[in-house]
Amino acid sequence: MQEAVIHISNLYKKYKDADDFSVDNLSLSIEKGEIFGLLGPNGAGKTTLISMLCGLVKPTSGTFSITGLTYDKSAMAIKKTIGVVPQEYALYPTLTARENLRYFGSMYGLGGKTLREKVDTSLEHLGLLKFADKQVETFSGGMKRRVNLIAGILHNPKVLFLDEPTVGVDVQSKNVIIDYLKELNANGTTIIYTSHHLTEAQDFCTHIAIIDRGKIYAQGTLETLISETPKAHNLEDVFISLTGKELRDDV
Amino acid sequence: MMYKFWMSVYKEILLLRRDFGGLVILFVMPLVLIVTITLIQDSTFKSVTETKIPILLVDNDKGEIAKNVKENLIQSGTFELLTEIANKPITETSAKEAVFKGEYQLAIVIPERISSDLQLKINQNVENILSSFGMQDSVTMPKQQELSPKEVRLYFDPATQLTFKNGVKNAIDKMISQIENKSIYATFQDQLGETDEPLFEQENFISFKEIVPKVDDKEIVPNSVQHNVPAWTLFAIFFVVVPLSINVVKEKSQGTLVRLITNPVPYFIVILGKTATYLLICMIQFWLMVAVGVYFFPYLGLPVLEVEGTLLLMSIVAFFSGLAAIGFGILLGTIAKTQEQSAPFGATSVVILAAVGGVWVPVFAMPKVMQYVSHISPMNWGLNAFYDVLLRNGTILEILPEIILLLLFFLITIAIATVYDQKKRAV
Repeated sequence: MQEAVIHISNLYKKYKDADDFSVDNLSLSIEKGEIFGLLGPNGAGKTTLISMLCGLVKPTSGTFSITGLTYDKSAMAIKKTIGVVPQEYALYPTLTARENLRYFGSMYGLGGKTLREKVDTSLEHLGLLKFADKQVETFSGGMKRRVNLIAGILHNPKVLFLDEPTVGVDVQSKNVIIDYLKELNANGTTIIYTSHHLTEAQDFCTHIAIIDRGKIYAQGTLETLISETPKAHNLEDVFISLTGKELRDDV
Repeated sequence: MMYKFWMSVYKEILLLRRDFGGLVILFVMPLVLIVTITLIQDSTFKSVTETKIPILLVDNDKGEIAKNVKENLIQSGTFELLTEIANKPITETSAKEAVFKGEYQLAIVIPERISSDLQLKINQNVENILSSFGMQDSVTMPKQQELSPKEVRLYFDPATQLTFKNGVKNAIDKMISQIENKSIYATFQDQLGETDEPLFEQENFISFKEIVPKVDDKEIVPNSVQHNVPAWTLFAIFFVVVPLSINVVKEKSQGTLVRLITNPVPYFIVILGKTATYLLICMIQFWLMVAVGVYFFPYLGLPVLEVEGTLLLMSIVAFFSGLAAIGFGILLGTIAKTQEQSAPFGATSVVILAAVGGVWVPVFAMPKVMQYVSHISPMNWGLNAFYDVLLRNGTILEILPEIILLLLFFLITIAIATVYDQKKRAV
């Protein structure tokens, strides 16, 4: 049996003034070495769940642990363990890529030659080394996404949270990002990933959970999900079958 | 921890270096402000002491009083008397028209027969007094003529400031009283005196002297520079609220705050990084403005800012004022959702705090309610501390209460910002 890196038990989150729970009695275990895809329509509760796991939002009730640690007792230890790649480009636009990465790396306690080398090898790996000293505001969306990713993995996290890491990027950038993530996973990083790109998720994830209205509707490997869903041939069929076809516009 | 702090400071400095507009607001605008305001205030001060203001005089009297008024006005050195406009003698109507159009600030109209009627009135009064003492033969007294009261008319440009108006009115009132007194004394002398020796001492018996504080037996005479540099330096220091609150709001909107919160760095290190950077800016602003006051003002014909023996204490006041401004900026940036909220609110609130704090109008001149309100403005605490050091020869003990208030303001605003941020994330 694999070791659970993340263990969530009866987790609830209801925002102030909201009618419904964004996360509603959710329980889940994510095992070490998985690439765990958290998929769901808009407003399903994916970002809220990830925000709670990253310590950005406090749960209404319920518990969870990351590598056996909880935020109540070991917030700093968890933060050293996890890496976060937010949906928005969480970078300083007027700083260069190198300046951004050195700053965020230093917040993990990295410094000196180690940090310089890590920044340069990561930039090189993602095809950005020659742009290292350009201000991020001059970068394309794909380039910003790649820098955004590097900023979350400089400290070699055990668990990496990715909130739609390939949204709005071209195919080339997307492939580079996905390949790099696979490499990280192969080196032992557990990845928790949200996306709307079902084809990408189908190819990338080792485990998938379909989340809607704050609840997990199904979870397992791709093969399990397809086999357990009548008339399903791919992930999209499973997704539509579980979440329906109606639009999820909300304000 | 120190490494993370210094890296935060370095990041803030990099961000500022790349923000040209922000740098202009932080360093150039305060210097322009302090030079402009001091020049204007100094020239306003000079306008009643050195520079001559052209005023219109309509002399319908042609007598002793008109002559005296003219002489006194010229001797005051404040006014340039004009009796003609475009080579035409001024009448009351043309003077009124020119002043109300804003071409001149003031016209004085001396009525007809004011000298002769005043003399006649005084003569009658003196004769009545002497008669009541039995010193005048009532049979020989001439029949008393009915005299209508005279008025010297003043026309002011409606845009003229009230303080200038009151100053001029008081000066003219005093001038006329002196002329009346002299005439009364002269008439008594004339009626009583059989000698040419003056019977009455006409010099002022009571005079006043301003006693100013002394340092090393040297009088500290306040001038516009000693008043303006601290006041406007404080105003500039507080303007750090605008770029700082924008910096905090940007951190939220760009998502970098999210990253920082998920990083293993206490939030107070991020706040301290901003505090240290902007405090350095406040101190550089302060020393630049002091340097301008000391070295540049004399080239503009302004008095030198005297900082001998007070620079350290002034720096301490600037340091704690900077802290208070930074606390306010961080609080504002934490509460505001957008730059459109933080920038105008920041600028307006600083202007309000300055107005309430006595930067523009002295606190003693404010209505009673506003005098109480002024005590809650950190700019008032800073200004008082600066004045204590610069004008009242105060020591560290005298400024300690204000310093403590400024520090408390910083701590409280930072505490509110931190609690607010945590509450917001707990929703």
